Amino acid sequence: MNTFQIKEAPTVYDVAIVGSGAGGGMAAYQLTKAGAKVVLLEAGGYFDPADPKYITQLKWPYESPRRGAGTTRPFGDFDAAWGGWDIDGEPYTAAKGTEFFWFRSRMLGGRTNHWGRISLRFGPDDFKRRSLTGVGEDWPISYEDISPYYDAVDKLVGIFGSKEGIRNEPDGFFLPPPKPRLHELMLKKAATSIGIPVIPSRLSILTKPINKDRGQCFYCAQCGRACQAYADFSSSSVLCIPAMKTGNLSLINHAMVREVLTDPNTGLATGVSYVDTISMQEKTVRAKTVMLAASTCETARLLLNSKSSRFPNGLANSSGVIGKYLNDSTGASRSAFIPALMDRKRYNEDGVGGMHVFTPWWLDNKKLDFPRGYHIEYGGGMGMPGYGFGGGIEGLNGRIPGRNGQKKSAGGYGAGLKDDYRRFYGAYIGMAGRGEPVPLESNYCEIDPNNVDKYGIPTLRFNYKWSDYEVKQAKHMQDTFEEIIHALGGIALGSKPGPESNHGYGLEAPGKIIHEVGTVRMGNDPKTSALNKYQQTHDVKNLFVVDAAAFPSQGDKNVTWTILASSWRTSDYLFDQVKKKNL
Amino acid sequence: MKRRDTLKAISLAGFGLAVEPVEAAVPAPPEKKTVVPGGRQPFEAERDTKLKAEKFFTPHELQTVTVLCDIIIPADERSGSASQAGVPAFIEFMMKDQPRNQTPMRGGIRWLDNKCVAMFGKQFAQCTKAQQIQIIDKIAYPEQASKDMTQGVSFFNMMRNFTAAGFFTSQMGIKDLGYVGNTPNDWQGVPDDVLKQYGLSY
Repeated sequence: MNTFQIKEAPTVYDVAIVGSGAGGGMAAYQLTKAGAKVVLLEAGGYFDPADPKYITQLKWPYESPRRGAGTTRPFGDFDAAWGGWDIDGEPYTAAKGTEFFWFRSRMLGGRTNHWGRISLRFGPDDFKRRSLTGVGEDWPISYEDISPYYDAVDKLVGIFGSKEGIRNEPDGFFLPPPKPRLHELMLKKAATSIGIPVIPSRLSILTKPINKDRGQCFYCAQCGRACQAYADFSSSSVLCIPAMKTGNLSLINHAMVREVLTDPNTGLATGVSYVDTISMQEKTVRAKTVMLAASTCETARLLLNSKSSRFPNGLANSSGVIGKYLNDSTGASRSAFIPALMDRKRYNEDGVGGMHVFTPWWLDNKKLDFPRGYHIEYGGGMGMPGYGFGGGIEGLNGRIPGRNGQKKSAGGYGAGLKDDYRRFYGAYIGMAGRGEPVPLESNYCEIDPNNVDKYGIPTLRFNYKWSDYEVKQAKHMQDTFEEIIHALGGIALGSKPGPESNHGYGLEAPGKIIHEVGTVRMGNDPKTSALNKYQQTHDVKNLFVVDAAAFPSQGDKNVTWTILASSWRTSDYLFDQVKKKNL
Repeated sequence: MKRRDTLKAISLAGFGLAVEPVEAAVPAPPEKKTVVPGGRQPFEAERDTKLKAEKFFTPHELQTVTVLCDIIIPADERSGSASQAGVPAFIEFMMKDQPRNQTPMRGGIRWLDNKCVAMFGKQFAQCTKAQQIQIIDKIAYPEQASKDMTQGVSFFNMMRNFTAAGFFTSQMGIKDLGYVGNTPNDWQGVPDDVLKQYGLSY
C-alpha cells in the first residue's frame, strides 16, 4: 500500500475549520445554522460527554487503580482532557534558558471538555492597555464592538453570576449563582474586612435549564470531567454535536492538519492537507474559506508550516509577526489550614465544579510597581477524597491542638493519626492568582529547524521568559494571600515563596496556566499584525483565525468567553462578506 | 510469534500472498484483547492491564508494607484497618504506575530491615510488635528524630502519605470520613444550623 498517495475528497466545502475547541466549535455552530456546508477537522477522537463510553463523572476514586492520580492525564484519571503537556510522538522544544509547557487536548471539543468554566468578559480597559499604560498593545476593536457578542454567548451557552456594576468587569445575562460554601462565606467576610472584594463566580454552568437539549446542574462539582447532562459548557456538547444535527457539518476526527493549501496564482486558500492519524494516509479537503482554530500555538505552527514560493515565511506572515507575542496567564498559589473549620459537621458540599466566589482585580496599577492586574480563585471544602489525600500531614498536625487541647508531636501513626485526618477534613483552603502578563515580541514560538513529530510535521520551538512585570505581580499575589489567610485566622502552609522560589514568588512556568494567546495577533497595521479586526488574515482574504491566537493580550480574564464571542463575530462577518460577494 | 499467528502467516503464504522480507523482519504485534472500560482511552486500558499483571513487591516486602500500613491506620471503632481497605494493593500498583516511587520504597524497606537486624537481630516483619513500635517511634516523628534516623523519617513519611491516600479513597475510608457527595442533589447553601454555629448568614 502506498501511503503517500494523497486521497482527495471530491466535495468543495463552503468552509473548512481546523480544530473543534471553543473557537472552532462556535464557528461550526454559527455557520452550519446559517446553512453553510462545513467540514470540521479534529486531530483527536470523537467525544460526547453523555456517552457512557467516555463518562468519568460520578465515578469513585476506588474505581481507578491509581485512585485518580495524574499518571496518564495531568489532572488525574477522571479529568476529561485527553492529552496534556506531553503527548507521545508530538514533541516540542524550548530554546536554551527559556521554557514553555504546551498543553494539548486531542479530542472533539479540545480543552473545553475539562476547563474551569470561568467565563469572564474582558472590560473596556482590557482592549486599550497600550494607550492606558504605555506597554503592551491595543486591540483593533473596543468593548463596544464585542459586547453584543458577549451578550449573545451568555444567552446561547448560559452563565451564572451576579450584577455588580464594576466598570472593568462588565456584567452579563446571568443565571442565578449558587450560594457560597462555608469556607467561601468565611473567605468573603475575611477578605472584605481588609478591603479585598469577593463576589459570586461567573461560570458557564446551568443553574437553571435554558433549552430542551441541555440539563440543569445537579451539583456534583465535577465539571472537569465533562457533564453528561450537558449542564456546563463544552464545545463538544454545546456546539459541535448540535452543529452536526443541522446536517451541514462533516466532522473528520483523527485529522492532524499538516498545511493550509493555497492557489499559487491567486494566493487564496483552497483547503487543507492532513494526516489521518489512524490509517496514516495523507488526505486533503477543499473549501472556499479556511478558518483556523487549532489553538494558539498549533494555529501558529500550521501557518508557519504552510510555506510556498508565494509565502516563503509561512502563510499570511508578510508581517513576520506569526508566533510572536505568545503570552500565558501568570499563576501563583498558596494554601492554608483553617482551625475554625476542624471537626466540621458533614453534609453534601459539592456544589458546582469550581469556586462559588472569586476576587476580581480590585487595585489601581498606577499606584503599584507592576502594570497589570490579577484575579483570585478560591478552593476548599469537603470535597471527594482523591489521590494525595492527607499528604504532608506531618507538616501540620504538630501545630494543631488535639481534642484534649494539647499539642502533640508532628507526624505519628495509629488511632490518633487516623483521627487527625478526620478532624482536618474540609479545613483546608487554597488561593490561586491568575494575572495578565505583558505580551512581548521576545516571547514566541517558531518552527524547530531540527525536529518533526511522528507525522513528519515540523514541530515548535519555544522562546519564553517572564519579565519583571510578572514577577512583581506574583510577589503582590503572595503578599495578598498571606493577608487574607491572616484575616481568616488561618495557618499558611509551607513557607512563603520568595524571590528565589520557582520563577520568583512561586510564579508558575509559562504554559502551566493553559491560557496562552497571541501568536497570530490582530491589528490595524498589516506590518505589525497578521489579522485585521475581523480576524481575517491581511494577506489571504479567505483565511481566518478564530481561536485565541488572534488576541493581542488577555486581560486577567480567562479567555474562553472572548474566544466564543469573537469567533461568532468573525462568523457573522464571513457570512456578510459572502453575501456581499467579497468572498 | 504465537502459534495461531504462525498459522495465519502460513495460510496467507499458502494462498500466494507473498510476505515481503521487510514486513516479515518485524513480527506482528500480539493480538490486543483489552476491554476498554468507560471513561478510559484504549492506551490507558492496555497500560493498566499490563501493570496489573506485573508484580513489584516480593512476598517479604508486601508483608512489611502490610504491617506498616496497619500501624499507620489501624482498625478502630469507626472503621477497619488500612490493609482491610486494600491499601497494600494500591501501593503495589503505584510502584508500577509511577516507577520513581520504586527506589525510595524498596530501599526504605531495606533500610528499615537493616536497622532492625542491628537492633533486634531480625528483619522488621519478623520483629515482635513491641520491637516494631520501638523502631517506628524513632522514625514517625520528624521533628524529634535523631540524625541517624532521617532516611527512615523520609521513608515513613512516604508510607504514611501512601497509606492515608489509599485508605481514605477506599469505600471504607470515604464512609469513615463522612463524605456524602458524588451524587445528584440540589445545592441550597450551607445548612442553617451550621451557619448559626459559625455566626454566618446569607
